[in-house]
Amino acid sequence: MFDLTGKAALVTGASGGIGGGIARALHAAGATVALSGTRTGPLEELAAELGSRAHVIACNLSDAVSVEALPKLAAEAMGSVDILVNNAGITRDQLAMRMSDEDWAQVIDVNLTSTFRLCRGVLRGMMKARWGRIINVTSIVGATGNPGQTNYAASKAGVVAMSKSLAAEVASRGITVNAVAPGFIATAMTDKLNDEQKGRIMGQIPMGRMGEPGDIAAAVLYLASPEAGYVTGATLHVNGGMAML
Amino acid sequence: MSDIADRVKKIVVEHLGVEEEKVTENASFIDDLGADSLDTVELVMAFEEEFGIEIPDDAAETIQTFGDAVKFISEAA
Repeated sequence: MFDLTGKAALVTGASGGIGGGIARALHAAGATVALSGTRTGPLEELAAELGSRAHVIACNLSDAVSVEALPKLAAEAMGSVDILVNNAGITRDQLAMRMSDEDWAQVIDVNLTSTFRLCRGVLRGMMKARWGRIINVTSIVGATGNPGQTNYAASKAGVVAMSKSLAAEVASRGITVNAVAPGFIATAMTDKLNDEQKGRIMGQIPMGRMGEPGDIAAAVLYLASPEAGYVTGATLHVNGGMAML
Repeated sequence: MSDIADRVKKIVVEHLGVEEEKVTENASFIDDLGADSLDTVELVMAFEEEFGIEIPDDAAETIQTFGDAVKFISEAA
């Protein structure tokens, strides 16, 4: 099940915990992967670990020119982009009263605008192929909100609404567009929390543990598969029961 | 009929799955040939590839009929 042999996948934020997990899962299912991110060191390491069928394409998602070029570079490296996983994201947490316009704009630019640009950039090839999978990684806070994250939560809710609209536009061409919404996942991003914060979060998770990158990767792998061809415009929440949406 | 018109007609017939006779000078892609808005985007993409030209978005919006397409491409190619 979930055989991606012959498919080419572009994964952004592949230098991070979740992105790396997603790239590993798609690669293990047979896909060729293009690993994108700003830090090439971890990307090269991951590519070396994966061996064949792995390409590294650096991209700064806050730079519009670099974002426009990414789908083309990925298609040149792999022959096509059949699967796009928009996983990259940044946070600039701050209480709304103290949040600068810059912190707001940066998060919207990288998390929402670059996600849209990458979707637009891969559509031509997918439309011609009459097959495509776009999976946008959003967040539980896009649905629930979170103090200190007005910018991040807005960007992630925006990604969900964008995914649904795009899903409706391209469904007739065999292209699905879905979102995966992680809850609290053990990564470098959540390592920064102190024990008290972690304890408080843990109390809200019925499953009693943080998620692993592999939990998210499995959801992405499903949505990327031929078997998920009738699923579009959906948001798959992977959060240990933290929010039952 | 010009070579360009023949090539445009072939693309339209193949893409929209319509009878060749229906693709007349004033035939509207949407009103007469059953295209939806996404079909018109795809037709423009196909014209760009067939003729090696760029059709900007504002120009693409003015291409409503088979005749419009042939005229635009004849001038651009």
